[in-house]
Formats: sequence, structure tokens, C-alpha cells
Amino acid sequence: MKKILAILLALAMVLSFAACGGKEKAPEAKALKAGFIFLHDENSTYDNNFMKAAEEACKEMGFEIIKKVQIDESNACYDAAAELVDDGCSVVFADSFGHEDFMIQAAKEFTDVQFCHGTGTKAHTEKLANYHNAFASIYEGRYLAGVAAGLKLNEMIAAGMDAKDAKMGYVGAFTYAEVISGYTAFYLGAKSVCPSVTMDVQFTGSWYDETAEKEAANKLIANGCKLVSQHADSMGAPSACELANIPNVSYNGSTVTACPNTFIVSSKINWVPYFKYMLDCVKNGKAIDTDWTGTLATESVQLTEVNEKAAAKGTQAKIDEVKAQLEAGTLHVFDTAKEGFMTVKGAPVTSYNADVDTDEKFTPDTEVVSDGFFHESEFRSAPYFDLRIDGITLLNEKF
Amino acid sequence: MENKTNKVREPLFHITKRSNNAMKPAAAWGVRIAAVVVALILCGVVTVLLTGENPFKVYETMIDGAFGSERKIWALAQNTAVLLCISLAVTPAFKMKFWNIGAEGQVLMGGLATAACMILLGNKLPPILFYPVMIIASVAAGAIWGLIPAFFKAQWNTNETLFTLMMNYIAIQIVSYFCYIWSVPKGSGHIGIINSASQMGWFPKIGGQSYLCNILIVLVLTVFMFIYFKYSKHGYEISVVGESENTARYIGINVKKVILRTMLLSGAVCGIAGLILVSGTDHTITRDTAGGRGFTAIMVSWLAHFDPIYMIITSLLIAFLEKGAGQISTNFGLNDSFSEILTGIIIFFIIGSEFFINYEIKFREKEAKK
Repeated sequence: MKKILAILLALAMVLSFAACGGKEKAPEAKALKAGFIFLHDENSTYDNNFMKAAEEACKEMGFEIIKKVQIDESNACYDAAAELVDDGCSVVFADSFGHEDFMIQAAKEFTDVQFCHGTGTKAHTEKLANYHNAFASIYEGRYLAGVAAGLKLNEMIAAGMDAKDAKMGYVGAFTYAEVISGYTAFYLGAKSVCPSVTMDVQFTGSWYDETAEKEAANKLIANGCKLVSQHADSMGAPSACELANIPNVSYNGSTVTACPNTFIVSSKINWVPYFKYMLDCVKNGKAIDTDWTGTLATESVQLTEVNEKAAAKGTQAKIDEVKAQLEAGTLHVFDTAKEGFMTVKGAPVTSYNADVDTDEKFTPDTEVVSDGFFHESEFRSAPYFDLRIDGITLLNEKF
Repeated sequence: MENKTNKVREPLFHITKRSNNAMKPAAAWGVRIAAVVVALILCGVVTVLLTGENPFKVYETMIDGAFGSERKIWALAQNTAVLLCISLAVTPAFKMKFWNIGAEGQVLMGGLATAACMILLGNKLPPILFYPVMIIASVAAGAIWGLIPAFFKAQWNTNETLFTLMMNYIAIQIVSYFCYIWSVPKGSGHIGIINSASQMGWFPKIGGQSYLCNILIVLVLTVFMFIYFKYSKHGYEISVVGESENTARYIGINVKKVILRTMLLSGAVCGIAGLILVSGTDHTITRDTAGGRGFTAIMVSWLAHFDPIYMIITSLLIAFLEKGAGQISTNFGLNDSFSEILTGIIIFFIIGSEFFINYEIKFREKEAKK
């Protein structure tokens, strides 16, 4: 009896809490509110990059920011999005690839709220008026970083290294289009200045695994790679390079403080321009692009400062020169016209059907090679380049 | 001479177990509520010292995060139900003093079986055949994952704590592997929502509420477990084995059989939790689907003294603290870690209060000084 009484008392307590909670929400004057959903919190470099950009953009555009952190790629994402709508947000953004399906689910239910998603692939096939994808042409940034890497190799060759030994290493997360696009662009950037360069790629099978990334970098160095770059989020590869005194081209931001002797340069995506665009559209009732791709010109793709201590002489000047050509459209990263530059099994690339419209069978559906180059991030914002070109050896595959 | 013997000093206080004069339930609840109050006061002090925020505002935010809207209350009920389900699952093993810390893996394997059925059979079998197959597969997968360490324990007396812990990592890796295999788009490592068009393998919405089905399943399960522990022969055997294996053997209980049967049940209920998470909640699977709840459930079960009815309260408490914590980090821009500190303080005090319920502190009496 007493047990039951105790339970009833406890329940009564809980319910009275509930009653208190319910009363508080008084309708306020309509303020501009933007909701953001993050996979982790500011301790993750990936999420921190989004978070800082969101704060800056909201401040500038006069939006109140509501952040939800540590939101799993599960129904928790849908719940978070729905709560943000309840809180009066007129636009909701989510930052992780796995959030996409749950954002679409929310977009279908709350048709008067805009839903935007970074790195996703499905907006152009879902055809919802209020669901949008965004990404950046980060492959251009990688290409520029590759140029810096190629110059460094040239410096080594000039110092007596055999040109045939100019081999780079690359630590990738998964054998996935975004990663393939990234390392191929990096390789081509290097090749544009150092024609004899080759590259080994080692995959870790995780976006964030410090130990695995470190081991992968060490393996590449042991295999004779003279320079290492990476597409994974931890400090594993950069710190392994610093320890072995091997030059490193980084990603997501400068690692110069941790690696003062080996850090050359890093490419990163700056999300401020997109967020400002997104908030501006919402504020003024304009339609948001289904697929928005940030570029060098929009300052969405950025390179950090070159570390003069590790980089070859004249790196910054060369980067500026190539950057201007990319922006002007006179140079293309995935150039299929230049002879011997980008080949698959010895043959030039003249046509490629990419899987742009995501489906379960990965059916190729869109011709993406024309006018002498592979049109990356044009048919949708997320990368779809997944060709295995000559000169790059994959040591393993991780799907 | 006399003086010397008197010099053996009695300590200021000593602690005795309340074996004969056990605390009355009402008094015990008084201690528990007092513990929560003291914990809240300490949390308030910590909040002011570390952040300078008004502690009452912080508590208000927690309540708002858990109960602030109808949607939040449903989400809270859903989180409570899942946690309660896993807590119910670990309880039979704990009552038997079999330290099953492998619920995380057992839930994942159950969830993986659910996802496998949805992906591979979803559009091939008619619903009337498909749902039973999916449910049986999920329950069986969880049960098998629980049975493996039990078999080794029964047969060779292996250490079940380490064994079940290791089985978690194996399960996580197996799930990761299938996340690559079934990923959409290829190579991304994400499966995404399964059968989003046909909704095959999804639990039905009841009265427009997608979580209600989950909650009802767990409620039925709670009643079942309560009866199982209290009134069934199996439940009694579990208690006896837990108290003393030798006694159990002496009175003719087949200890090996009880261990195997109990872990089979434990794993099977974990399988149901996996089914609820994949089929009734997320409609996808990732390596984080169990999300550490396999471990949190241990605390829920212990706090409730292995009583399924009390577990409703303890799982609600933990779910409330988690939802409240999330709201704190949203409203105050404080890191998640801060709300975890608060949760830690509250749980510490609640666990600590059990000490004062089970033990008595006797202070040195004045006259002994003389």
C-alpha cells in the first residue's frame, strides 16, 4: 500500500512540474529566429566551424539563434527540428550528413518553415519547396592546397631527390565521393606543378578516429611518402607528420600551432556566406536555392595562411595566381582536355555518367563531362566525382 | 590499571547495517526526497559559482525542456519507455548477480536484425508474414547475443563482466560494417531512413502519435516482468541463485539452466528494445542507436532496487535530467558538460541516500566518556 502511495505521490509531483512548465509559454511578438542542429558540440572541429559561422551570420542579419547540440543522426534530429519550429524558428539548419532524412521528414510536416541541410544530396530529387541542400566547391580549395604540395615536392627534387620518388600520402575517411573528389583534386593540384607525382591513399573507415588516422599516416610515411594530407577530422595525421618531420597539408583549419615545422597550408569551408544568404532569403521572403554551392568567389572556400617555415618559396604567389585562374574560369580542376593530365587506366576521360540523383542502386544518371572538364558540384551541391584516376593507388577500401 | 583499560577510546560514531530495525518505507522516501533537495541546493551553488546564472532559472529551464510542450512530453515519455525497456532487460540478470553490462550490444543486435528485415524483406513479404518474421528475428538476435556469454559462464565459469563488455564492441563493429554495406549513397556509411515511401516495417501511429505504440509495448512488458519476478517459479529461482548458488544447488535448482534461461530472457528483452528503436523510432540504424542506454539502464535498475514498478520512476528521472540538460545548453549556451555535472550531482546524492537508508550511524554516547 505504502509503495503505491509513494508512487502516486511521485507521479503527482512530476505532473505538477508539468503543469508549471506548460504555463510559461506566453506568445511573444514575432522575432526572427533561426534554429541550428549540431551533431556534437564546440569540442568537435567540424561542428565548431558551423557553430561559429552560424553565430556570426545570425548576429549580422539580426536573427535570434537557437542551438541544439549533441543531436544524434536519429529521430532525435526530427524531434529537435520540430521543437525548433515550436519555438518559432522560421528556418532550421542541420550540419551532419546523417541528419538529412530526418530533416526531410520535418520539412514535409512543417511546410511554412524553411529547412536547410549542409552536405546532403537529396534536395533536388525530393522537390520540396522548403527543403534545401548546401555545400561548397571544396575541391577547388584542395586543388590549391595540392599546388602548395607540388611546389614542396619540386623543392625536394631540386635538393637532389629522384623525381620518381615524389610520392604523397593521403589519409581518407571512407571510399566515398566527397573524399574521392577531395583527394583527386589535391593530387591534380600537385600534378599541375610536379608532373611526376604519385599518391597512396589509406582509408580509416571513420570520420573521426585519432589513433587510426595516426597509424594510417605512419604507414604512408613508412611506405616512402614524402608529404601527407588528410580528409578526416582529428589531429592524428598532422601530429604523426610533425613527429616524423614530414610536410603536411591540412584540412578544416590551420594546425600550425601544433605542427610548426611541418604544416604547409590548409583548405577549409567557410559557412558564413551561406548562412547569410539563407537568412537573407528568409527575412525577405525570397526562395532559397535547392542546391547552393559556395565557391572561391563567394569566399566559402578558403585557404589558411601559408606557413613559410615549411612551405616552398613562392608558394603564396603561385596559389594566388592559380586561384585567380580558377575564379576566372580559365582553369578547371578536373581538366579532361589536357593531355595525360587525368586518365583512367591509361585512357582519357571523355564521358562519365555520375550518380547525381541518389537512389538505392546507385544508378548513374547524369552526364557530367563536357567542354573539356568534369563538372563537379554543378548538378547538385554535394560532390559526386568518384573516378579512380591513374597515379593514385588505393591501399585499402572502406565503404 | 583501571585507567589503562579506559583509554581504549570509542570512536565518535560507528556504522551498523539496519538488519532488524529496517527503515520504514515512508521514512526511506523522506530520506530520498531530502537527498534530492540537498542535491538541488548544491547544484544551485555550483551553478552560481561556475556560471553566475540564476539557479532557479536553470531548474525552470530543465522543467521546460522536459515538459514545456506536448511534443516535449511525448519525447520524454518515449525516452523513458526505451530506457525502461532496457532496464527491465538487464534486471533479471542482475537479480541473479550475473553482471550483464552487455545490454548495449544486445540492443544493437536486436536493432540490426530489425533493420536487416526491413531492408532485405521489406518489399518482398506480405505484411502479415513480414511483421512476425521481423519481430521474431529481433528478439532472437538479442537473445542469442545474451546467451553466448551465459553459455561460457555456465559451462566454464568465465568472467561475465568482461565477456559481456567485449560483446558490446563486437556488436558495434558488426553494425558499422552493415552500415557501410547498406549505405545510401554508396560509401557514405549512412543507411538513412529505411522504406520511407512504403513505411514497411514501421510501427503504426496510434491516434496520430508515433511514439504511443512503443510506450504501450513497454508498459505491457513492465507488468509482465513485475509478475514474472514476484509470482513465477522462475522469478523465485533467479532470486535464490542470486543470493547463493550453493543454496540453490542444495535445494535442487539447476543453476546452469537458470543462468542460461535468465540471460536468454535478458537478451530477448534487449532485442525488443532494439526493435522499438529501429522500427518504432528511428527507422534506421547507426552504431549510436543504443546511445549508451545499455549502461544507463544499469543505474536505473539499481536505483529502483530491481523493482519494475519503481523503474518507471527512476527511468523517468534519468530521461527528465537528460532532456532538461539539453535545454540548458540551448538556452544558456552552456556546454553539455555543465548539465552533465548537475545530473552527476543529483544522481550521486540519490545513490548516496541509499546508504543512509540501509545503514545506521550511531554516535558515541555521552555517558561512555565519563
